[in-house]
Amino acid sequence: MIVEAGVAIVQLMVVGLGAPLLLGMLRTVKARLVGRRGPRPWQPYADLWKLLGKEVVVSTTSSWVFRATPYVLVATVLVAALIVPVFVAHPPLAFAGNIILLVYLFMLATFFLALAGLDAGSAFGGMGASREVAVAALAEPTIIVAVFALALRADTIDLGRVVERFGHEPWLAANPAHLLAFAAFFIVMLAETGRLPVDNPATHLELTMIHEAMVLEYSGRYLALVEWAGAIKFFLFMTLLANLFFPWGLTSSVGPGAMLLALVALGGKLAVLTGAVAVLETSVAKLRLFRVPELLAGSFALAFLSLMAVILVQ
Amino acid sequence: MNGLVYGLAAFVGIVATALGCYGMVGGTGAVRLAWLVPLGGLDLTLDSLGAFFLALIGFAAVPTSIYAMAAPPDESKARFTFLGFVLSMCLVPLAANTMTFVIAWELMSITSYFLVLQDRESRSSVYAGWVYAVMTHAGLACLLAGMLLLGAWTGSPRFEDWRAAAPALASGARSGAFILLALGFAGKAGVIPLHVWLPLAHPAAPSHVSALMSGVMIKLGVYGLARVSLDWLGIGPAWWGLTILIAGAASSVIGVLYALVDHDLKRLLAFHSIENVGIILLGLGSSVVFQAAGQPTLALLGLTAALYHTVNHAAFKALLFLGAGAVVHATGTRNMEAMGGLIKRMPWTAACFLVGSAAIAALPPLNGFVSEWLTFVALFQNRHLSSIGLNLVFVLGIASLALTGGLAMACFVKAFGITFLALPRSDAAASAVEAPVATRLAMVMLAAACVGLGLGPTVIVPALGAVGASVLERAAPAMVGDWLTLEVAGGYASLSALAIAIALGAAFIVPMAALRLVRAPHRTRDYETWGCGRIVQTARMEYTATAFASPFKRVFDFFYRTTTRLDIEFHPQSRFFVQRIEYENHTSSIFHDWLYRPALELLRAGARAAGGLQSGSANLYLAYILAALLLMLVLT
Amino acid sequence: MFRQLRTALRAGIVTEPAAAREIERIGERLASEIARLFGRSLAIRQVDAGSCNGCELEIGGLTAPHYDVERFGVHFVASPRHADCLLVTGPVTRNMAEALRRTWEATPDPKFVIAVGDCGRDGGVFRGSYAVLGGVAEVVPVDAVIPGCPPSPAALLAGLLDAIGRQRR
Repeated sequence: MIVEAGVAIVQLMVVGLGAPLLLGMLRTVKARLVGRRGPRPWQPYADLWKLLGKEVVVSTTSSWVFRATPYVLVATVLVAALIVPVFVAHPPLAFAGNIILLVYLFMLATFFLALAGLDAGSAFGGMGASREVAVAALAEPTIIVAVFALALRADTIDLGRVVERFGHEPWLAANPAHLLAFAAFFIVMLAETGRLPVDNPATHLELTMIHEAMVLEYSGRYLALVEWAGAIKFFLFMTLLANLFFPWGLTSSVGPGAMLLALVALGGKLAVLTGAVAVLETSVAKLRLFRVPELLAGSFALAFLSLMAVILVQ
Repeated sequence: MNGLVYGLAAFVGIVATALGCYGMVGGTGAVRLAWLVPLGGLDLTLDSLGAFFLALIGFAAVPTSIYAMAAPPDESKARFTFLGFVLSMCLVPLAANTMTFVIAWELMSITSYFLVLQDRESRSSVYAGWVYAVMTHAGLACLLAGMLLLGAWTGSPRFEDWRAAAPALASGARSGAFILLALGFAGKAGVIPLHVWLPLAHPAAPSHVSALMSGVMIKLGVYGLARVSLDWLGIGPAWWGLTILIAGAASSVIGVLYALVDHDLKRLLAFHSIENVGIILLGLGSSVVFQAAGQPTLALLGLTAALYHTVNHAAFKALLFLGAGAVVHATGTRNMEAMGGLIKRMPWTAACFLVGSAAIAALPPLNGFVSEWLTFVALFQNRHLSSIGLNLVFVLGIASLALTGGLAMACFVKAFGITFLALPRSDAAASAVEAPVATRLAMVMLAAACVGLGLGPTVIVPALGAVGASVLERAAPAMVGDWLTLEVAGGYASLSALAIAIALGAAFIVPMAALRLVRAPHRTRDYETWGCGRIVQTARMEYTATAFASPFKRVFDFFYRTTTRLDIEFHPQSRFFVQRIEYENHTSSIFHDWLYRPALELLRAGARAAGGLQSGSANLYLAYILAALLLMLVLT
Repeated sequence: MFRQLRTALRAGIVTEPAAAREIERIGERLASEIARLFGRSLAIRQVDAGSCNGCELEIGGLTAPHYDVERFGVHFVASPRHADCLLVTGPVTRNMAEALRRTWEATPDPKFVIAVGDCGRDGGVFRGSYAVLGGVAEVVPVDAVIPGCPPSPAALLAGLLDAIGRQRR
């Protein structure tokens, strides 16, 4: 019991403190790829700390939904952080749910963020909310079908056990169904975390924003919470990609040496994935908004093919 | 007078709930009056499945009656009809033979018809009632045909005797009976494509009636489907379950698609009822397929998921309809484009509606999430089926359930956000007042029920499993677990709603407290919304419901067949200045265009042709009589 | 898709590190000043109060690879709610006066305003026109001015530093 609580705290700290670093690393690598020196990888920590000390300006049009949303966002991603296998194969809250719970927890976050976008009564917020829920709704079938393909082969949908069973499989990465599911999940990750080619996180043009448009009204500590929750969501999606599809290095025991090794393995996998995302983001242009459903339909087709491959082989 | 009659209705609800719970834990009972009704007499029996639906009716009747006590007089004048409606609905799950069932069913339909027709002056109301009456009686015709045929083939009008005699019937006969009965019940449940009456009747009826119709009456269609596919006809072939599954998948997706583009608050909720019936049928269909494949444990899982979603939907749909009723009464309009800012003027209604919206969007830790989770797990069990075709259909079911979940969330962001948040879009919305105490009480009761149903699956699922096991013989319970965690399908998946709720609560409070400790400056300043420095900030700057739905209109254009109308009035002296712009983006239902209109045209053509027989000449009629007489003499 | 990547990688990192030693010295001072006030993070919202866009082009050069102000922890944001500093260009035309004031009100404290260019200082070449108010200080309190028509990116960096230094005092 005490051990589990300890693992939970360590996992929360790894995710909570590591998420801004991951985002910072992504920005640095992207900058280097276009010939700039770029910000330091720990810049997001400085941004968050500064925001905590700033005044909060709240719109007179908005209601308690606007003020509660940042805390709801943080709550959902922190609970999600305890369900995703980060460095321990059996995360603390694994008994509480599985991928379906994860998907719907993220939808809870999107629901409240969209409401907060509508709450301020500005056209930007409404537009961001409308686009964000459309992308989230269209991405959901892909996540569930892709993870179901994995669950079918592993004979369980509990994420910890899926990771454990695949960890013993040497030729996992060569399995075509596995790679198709990975490709589908990768595209969905880009859509859900608001990265190019679906959404440009650094854009200043409100008409091109999807996620950013909803947070235009937030300031001070609310903005800090929203940004932090966004970083954790990105971290969790990357961790899912790394650990579900390449489950090596996860430890089943809780000894400090094993956990440290697992953390190093996680760091390595995340570094490779971040590099891939950075290369992709600097190479492609943002898609027209009404082309995004086509991209998501394509990812669904990949996930469906992966599932069919598993079913036909069985 | 109002209070007395509605109080009586609430009392009937409490009795029904008590009786239902008694039946679910194993109690039985029977009432038989052979002389009251022809062809078998009045026969009421309490069994487990019927008891569940009886408890459901009672559970929904209590808050709606309380709401009706405080409803405005023009909405609540049909009080005796309401009482009759509740009573006749209570009789349906208890009925044990054909005539009792049909009489209770028809009473339910007629009372609800009169309740739908509360506003006799408006054309749309009359049209809604007309379509409702036609569809429900077409369904009744199918039901009567199926039940009478079954009675003739098995030699008895009693359902118990069907259960015993069904395996001996020819498979063609069984399938024929299944099709007829399923059509009849599906029409009442609002399954695509027999759903056309739902979006017309539910908005036209007063809100407490809509809540009951949507929450409970269409569930009686589900009750019938469950009886037909699992109980009365024994274990059928796999295509029965597949049909239900496909109908469920289609209903869930198409229902929510039409809800997304609707801006009439109550019609949007009606389409969501279609969607949720689809989800229930996904669970039920999977159950029937597993039963046919010889997997009773998995069939029990599917049936439990379906029953759980039934009770959850009754809870949150009733809550949403009552909330919508309060809003419609406060603002005088059902059109979402004229609402806004109601969260500040009607805080209780807004909070309850938010709980209902989160529940129907299947967000943890509320009840909608738990039953959708169970449905997912039930569908995931297709790994035990060997046929590739079956697997494919199940995968499509999973994909459509996932899509539905996302789209429902999007739709309720629109419904709650446009109605309650930001600035009021009309004077009526700006001057709305909070609902009366009785209304608030009813809504709070249902909101508490949503939360309770969401946090208590470890208690509810075994109870529902017992109900399902009474219908499916030789089924072992598919779920175990302790008070905290629910484990299903032999360790395939586990869920702990309580743990999630506690974790969410802690994760919500701890950062709030931590922030207060870390950074002392807690300055907050109120200022206007950021509008790029624009001088004027009015409700016209806000996003509209039409705009919110436009990404979906583009993506799912096939279902909407949108037609756009743009009228621009220029200044008479210069085309550079615009005086007025009117934009209309109209969607039409493909079912109207492709199914009902051709069918009605065909019917009219046939009626015109048959009208040739009525020439008006008395001699011709005498000749008809002579011919019929000769024919009868020859044949007998 | 990869052609751009190949070009960039072949060109390497073009940020001028110590090319103009001026810039590097200013940059480091900037970094330490920002560190003291904002903890190494500064968010700037640029406001165009009727400028000819010459200053905007120079400000745009700040984020380009050669000057790369992001390496000092400074970044540009879209909404004044996210900003610490308003960088205002233009002589403040009558049409933009109210918009500028509302933008300043929408920015949370602590904040400061930098007027860029001769126009921002006192109206520049447009001084005296009926359509302009004559400098940013007419509408919002100005903490620093970066003169020039337009000021070069190096001058902009120096000006930013000046402003923050004055804040400290």
